[in-house]
Amino acid sequence: MYDIESVIVASTVDEAIEELVKNPKAEVISGGTDVLIKIREGKMAGCHLVNISNIPELKGIEMDSDGTIIIKAATVFSHITNDDIIKQYIPNLGDAVDQVGGPQIRNMGTIGGNVCNGVTSADSASTLCVLDAKMELKGPEGTRIIPITEWYQGAGKTVRKQNEILTAIRIEKENYEGYHGRYIKYGKRKAMEIATLGCSVMTKLTPDKKAIEKLKIGYGVAGPVPMRCVEAEQMARGKTVSRELLDCICENVLKEVHPRSSWRASKEFRLQLVEEMLRRAFEETVIAGGGNIDV
Amino acid sequence: MFKIIHMVVNGKEVEVPVDERESLLETLRNRLGLTSVKKGCEVGECGACTVLVDGEAIDSCIYMTVCAEGKHILTTEGLKGPNGELSPIQKAFVEEAAVQCGFCTPGLIMSAVEIVGTGKRYNREELKKLISGHLCRCTGYENILNAMERIVEETYQVTQRNFAEEKNC
Repeated sequence: MYDIESVIVASTVDEAIEELVKNPKAEVISGGTDVLIKIREGKMAGCHLVNISNIPELKGIEMDSDGTIIIKAATVFSHITNDDIIKQYIPNLGDAVDQVGGPQIRNMGTIGGNVCNGVTSADSASTLCVLDAKMELKGPEGTRIIPITEWYQGAGKTVRKQNEILTAIRIEKENYEGYHGRYIKYGKRKAMEIATLGCSVMTKLTPDKKAIEKLKIGYGVAGPVPMRCVEAEQMARGKTVSRELLDCICENVLKEVHPRSSWRASKEFRLQLVEEMLRRAFEETVIAGGGNIDV
Repeated sequence: MFKIIHMVVNGKEVEVPVDERESLLETLRNRLGLTSVKKGCEVGECGACTVLVDGEAIDSCIYMTVCAEGKHILTTEGLKGPNGELSPIQKAFVEEAAVQCGFCTPGLIMSAVEIVGTGKRYNREELKKLISGHLCRCTGYENILNAMERIVEETYQVTQRNFAEEKNC
């Protein structure tokens, strides 16, 4: 038995919002793979839940006529990884969510829940950061769209209000077209693990494959919230791909991140991971894009 | 509060009153008597409670029964043949001695049902990833992987044969 007061299984988004408005203490639960664990630990005793995992309008992945990829918030991880649109256009996101927990968790956990938790270690978060995802929130006052850069307010905190539902995550064409991406997760085990550090890189090379047109670097667990390294990204723009450039990017990145020590790993180890994983991910994206770092 | 939930469990329609605070694990074990579904860690780490919901393996300990309304649930009890015989997956586990204490076995078999159902051929490394949501403290996984490899290969061969026959028709 879960230690909760009540649960309502909503069948539409509007019904869910109505329930949240009616009971300002009610909390949203989606796949439940994090919320129900917290409940098992007795951390949410007596809470009221509004379950949104069975709402059809929150499931699936679509592409708009302008090439925007729309991932509905209650789509489970395994469905994202196996989706044809994701496989073709943003396979790095499919790979990232394929590293969450284990197979059963990936059949239950949702991408919306992953970002609404507000945790820095969420496997989807750093990749959504480099994809410049737009978060679509619906509440009693209507819909608002928040760029992911403004989504996180602090550890475990997002801009989502109690009575709002994250309905979709939108990824615009200009943010994936021409890029090659890679997410690397470091954990002590390959499965059932929370990231010690997550690094997501997307690289767009110039048409001659020699220089960087655009570079995006995202991290999880390199700070209290998932983050981008904007200064390093800007510094790299237009520069010729080389080992020296990669050294410079790493130098910049290390100034921007601020990981801390936890029982999982020390700050010093995380800083080493920040650099090493960036080197590996960057090199792979350059090769995938037809470039060569050693020329 | 009690709620009436309608599900199809192992091919049979059931209507069962449940406490809304109940996990699917509790409903299956305590109300429907399906004790192949094991209660292990209760936090989705060990996979002993794995069942299929609409064909997908999930941890029933962190699945609220109220969400199962209208869903198809499959447990190891539902694999039984018309005369009580074991399914090919269960036979593979027996023949490869993939069982010691047996506590993780029903969960692993349900994951195997999902894996085999894809009809795809997986190598040992891929299978390791596919069963990574299960903990077995006895076997060291070797015989479990042998059983999985065997059943995946057998099923693949059968599907290929059927496919070839269809083509010839």
